[in-house]
Amino acid sequence: MWEYTDKVQEHFLNPRNVGEIDKPDGVGDVGSLACGDALKLTLKIEGGKIADAKFKTFGCASAIASSSALTEMVIGKSLEEASKITNEDIANYLGGLPKEKMHCSVMGREALEAAIANYKGLVLPMAQGEVVCECFGVTDLEIIRAIKESHLRSVEEITNFTKAGGGCGKCEEKLRAILQKTVQGEVAQPAAADKPKRMTTLQKVKKIEEVLEREIRPVLKKDGGDIELLDVDGDIVTVAMRGACGTCAKSQTTIKEYVEKKLRELVLESLIVEEGRE
Amino acid sequence: MSGRLVYLDNNATTPIAPEVREAMMPYLTNLYGNPSSMYSFAGEVADGLKKAQASVAALLGATPEEITFTSCGTESDSTAILSAVRTFPEKRHIITTRVEHPAVKNLCENISLFTGHKYRLTQLKVDEKGMLDLAEYEAALSDDTAIASIMWANNETGVIFPIAEMAKMAKKRGILFHTDAVQAVGKIPIDLASLDIDFLSSSGHKLHAPKGVGVLYVKKRTPFTPFLIGGHQERGRRGGTENVASIIALGKASELAATHIGQENSHVRALRDRLEQGLLARIPKAILNGDKDNRLPNTSNISFEYVEGESILLHMNRQGICASSGSACTSGSLEPSHVLRAMGVPFTAAHGSIRFSLSVYNTQEEIDFVLEALPPIIASLRKLSPFWKEGL
Ligand SMILES: Cc1ncc(COP(=O)(O)O)c(C=O)c1O
Ligand code: FES
Repeated sequence: MWEYTDKVQEHFLNPRNVGEIDKPDGVGDVGSLACGDALKLTLKIEGGKIADAKFKTFGCASAIASSSALTEMVIGKSLEEASKITNEDIANYLGGLPKEKMHCSVMGREALEAAIANYKGLVLPMAQGEVVCECFGVTDLEIIRAIKESHLRSVEEITNFTKAGGGCGKCEEKLRAILQKTVQGEVAQPAAADKPKRMTTLQKVKKIEEVLEREIRPVLKKDGGDIELLDVDGDIVTVAMRGACGTCAKSQTTIKEYVEKKLRELVLESLIVEEGRE
Repeated sequence: MSGRLVYLDNNATTPIAPEVREAMMPYLTNLYGNPSSMYSFAGEVADGLKKAQASVAALLGATPEEITFTSCGTESDSTAILSAVRTFPEKRHIITTRVEHPAVKNLCENISLFTGHKYRLTQLKVDEKGMLDLAEYEAALSDDTAIASIMWANNETGVIFPIAEMAKMAKKRGILFHTDAVQAVGKIPIDLASLDIDFLSSSGHKLHAPKGVGVLYVKKRTPFTPFLIGGHQERGRRGGTENVASIIALGKASELAATHIGQENSHVRALRDRLEQGLLARIPKAILNGDKDNRLPNTSNISFEYVEGESILLHMNRQGICASSGSACTSGSLEPSHVLRAMGVPFTAAHGSIRFSLSVYNTQEEIDFVLEALPPIIASLRKLSPFWKEGL
């Protein structure tokens, strides 16, 4: 079960300002049913101030509480003041949110921005970025912003705040690259190394070829043998033994005891080396 | 919160039956001898284990020698599948389904990590009712198949697979067959003597025994390679001093389950149907997930469209009602249940799915309480939902 603060529970059970304003001056519509949460925020704006705000939310308790808190926070504020509200402000207003649920507060801020932009007749810059995470439709601009605003330092944190990477996981490499670039621009030092090493297949193939050439072939050649890389699939490396090694009964042992050990040591700890049959 | 507790989450775990608790108590107090020791004080403990083994065997229609105790359903699943791949290392293909419990799914998807070999994995599709296509299964069986592991009943929807037939088809091809029957044991009759099942997993805490004890059935003459290596306990099939009290408990729970199985199909089924029909009648846009006619008698999985499962559960929790959801927010991931997605349940419905799972200890009065409590919860959440319009 999630640990929700009393304030989150209270806003969830007694949400404020539920509904839709009739003839609103600004509308912010974010999220979607497919994503699992969505928020429609409507604003009434009078003399540069938010006179009223109402919301409708589909989502979990923290999404509902974040929306409710947001409306309470913005009513009475000038547009200028309101546009300074960050997702952290929303989370803090609720006494904090579980870290896996920070994206709910981000959704609140996005809806507010969208509603203000809609009032001003502007197109939101965030939506114009390039979609990086297909599963949740998150753009690079949104990700960069979250990294900067909330000082994110790992892909996992990006997922917690923006949902990007929380689906099929295909965008993970891209997220890592964006993270590294953004963080390098922000502070001089590189991102704290997160999680064990991950490599793309292409990187693996290159590195493996390098190690085969430099370390392994010379040794095998001494015994009149050779080795060929056939395939790399995930962590599984398929090789064929050639020359004397190909007919040697011990080739299986050579592969496991020598080739695999070397590749694990010099390329990636999780590699598994197998002999390919042709 | 009031003191009331309506527990409708028996597929997650069950309360320990009073008779079971009573049976295990002596083994938590006076009878502490190691069943392997040579004096009669310990012999009494060993006798207790034997009796438990016989009770479990009787519930499953097996012989006592075919029963091995493990630490949980997950261990039984791992043991069975790894045994098969180690016994036949040259076979590099596994058949399972897309809707397995993570205990089977995650093991099969990552089997190369544990064996150091590359495997071909067939994950059978299910249709919108959650049922398999036996033609697809038959076509997948090959000489290279080390094991087929197919769950007997699904934990989320209760859908029952045609295990007898599937085991027979595997046997015909000389392929080992495992079934994760964690949700089936005690809820539907099982007679292993008449079936071609090589391995079956079950778990104590789903049938009113404590958590942390499981069973692995291995058919006589099925080749077996142990998973936990150590002493000669369990006739060398699983090292480690036995979890005596829990095994005794599981023996007692099996005896009870054997006597309750009729009730599962009368009392429990009637309550489940009352709950299900009541909710579907009272709440618009509520959809039943899973094959209505091919289900465990205790399980009902219903989607309430346009609202999100975690919100529903929290409101139910306020009234002391316990159930679970296949929504993304409750799974800890950002995506809804893999079972519902495999069935093609639309996102609009998957996020708002609630699983109710009953036991013989539930009463009609409890069900009627839920029937009163739930409609206003769904209605109030729909009022908040941007997708909901009155009269949809
Ligand atoms: C179908 C199925 N298999 C396996 C398990 C795991 O059992 P255990 O918790 O005893 O490891 C469960 C329990 O949730 C289950 O429902
Ligand atoms: S594309 Fe980002 S998780 Fe699938």
